[in-house]
Amino acid sequence: MNDANRDLLDDLLAGEHRALARVISKIEDRSPGYRDLVSALHEHTGDADVVGITGSPGAGKSTLVDKLAKHYRDEGLTVGVIAIDPSSPFTGGSVLGDRIRMASNVGDMDVFFRSMSARGSLGGLSTATADAVKALDAFGKDVVLVETVGAGQNEIDIVKAADTVAVLVPPGSGDDIQMLKAGILEIGDVFVVNKADMPGADRTVQELREMIHTRGDYTETGHHGDDALQVVEPDLAEEDGWEPQLVETVAKSGEGVPELVEVLADHVEYLEASGTREERARQRYAEEIRTLLREDTNRLLAREIDRRGGLEAFVDAVVARESDPYTVADDLVDPLAECLAEGSN
Amino acid sequence: MSTDQGQRTIRCLVAKVGLDGHDRGAHVIARAFRDAGFEVIYSGLHRSPDEVVQAAVQEDVDVIGISILSGAHNTLVPKILDGLDEYGALSDTLVIVGGIIPEDDRPALREAGVSEIFGPGASMDETVEFVRRNAPERE
Repeated sequence: MNDANRDLLDDLLAGEHRALARVISKIEDRSPGYRDLVSALHEHTGDADVVGITGSPGAGKSTLVDKLAKHYRDEGLTVGVIAIDPSSPFTGGSVLGDRIRMASNVGDMDVFFRSMSARGSLGGLSTATADAVKALDAFGKDVVLVETVGAGQNEIDIVKAADTVAVLVPPGSGDDIQMLKAGILEIGDVFVVNKADMPGADRTVQELREMIHTRGDYTETGHHGDDALQVVEPDLAEEDGWEPQLVETVAKSGEGVPELVEVLADHVEYLEASGTREERARQRYAEEIRTLLREDTNRLLAREIDRRGGLEAFVDAVVARESDPYTVADDLVDPLAECLAEGSN
Repeated sequence: MSTDQGQRTIRCLVAKVGLDGHDRGAHVIARAFRDAGFEVIYSGLHRSPDEVVQAAVQEDVDVIGISILSGAHNTLVPKILDGLDEYGALSDTLVIVGGIIPEDDRPALREAGVSEIFGPGASMDETVEFVRRNAPERE
């Protein structure tokens, strides 16, 4: 690691906010040496509880995050928040507007709120977010809240960064078929019906309850394999550990926030007691290694393609039926495979 | 690995400070910056200088654009500059001011560390270009 980054790391570990901010920028920009920085952060991580907050746009994520942060601060805990907003696919620009709603925590430096832009790439986003979480964790934050972009149902990436995932569902967000759809509703450890004072909230709560109740059924039949016809015992879900909890909140007034904090704490307790926390961390690290390997080999191969005159030449050959995509891929990967084979001898 | 460099994205804080309640100009500039490919953090109305400093430090912005129409610039802007200095952030943050700033007040603001002042009628392109050219270089 170069001297500048070494100093930056020391300052971060000493609790300097500006150093923390700068490290996160380096992570976002992937500026030279950021990998060494993140590597060095790793040994200082593992103490923060990381909560992912996701849900559709307008569900009230920012307002709830603000109130959660306030609650944790009142308990004497320090809080980090990462709020992700979309970026323009055309210019790459973005307006990061979630900070506006952090009204309860103004002037309190111990709530470190950082806006992040999706910067176009979803895969890259999850890496950068996970690395930024590490920076906050190493800095010493007790709780880290990650608020996702909320752009759709397919926000499964959040699971890779968080210990606990809270999914916000606003009242009237679609019929019961929406509840059956795959994706976001499968990742929640806690479901929050926010804006619970709005008409239709009761029905949403009821539908979610039903969905949670039947959720175990799908997974259990998978385990049984040949015995798929066997009736699933009703208590299996509990034996399995955590049954997703449902909390009603009105984020604007703070109603339900203490209850939500309690449920989140229950989940952390469950994670510890059942060993699930360790298991999740292992999965996370495995996924991280896979992602890094994919990125790194991609880059090596991109360089090799450049060296051989660029991708266009290969495409020409494929179009002219002189080659085909599989042959091209084999051709490019073979030297890598040979190197690795040599290394293993 | 030597290949771990990405591109730098210019990050801006567009801040409304003090009592004035008009943020149309701030919205317009936020949008122009967004369209220029910048990442824009908008502070919302009625911020205190401390809050603006806190946001600038945490978000590690390259540029702060302070929009002010109320006439309180002579007290509020220096407070922000002092706050940035306290965090060691003044030297590598570009500070620009937009709004109604009388000619007579401008030299003192520049003296205090404001790089440019954009009054009514300043073009968006001009402002964006100024930011592009003057956003601080960082290693």
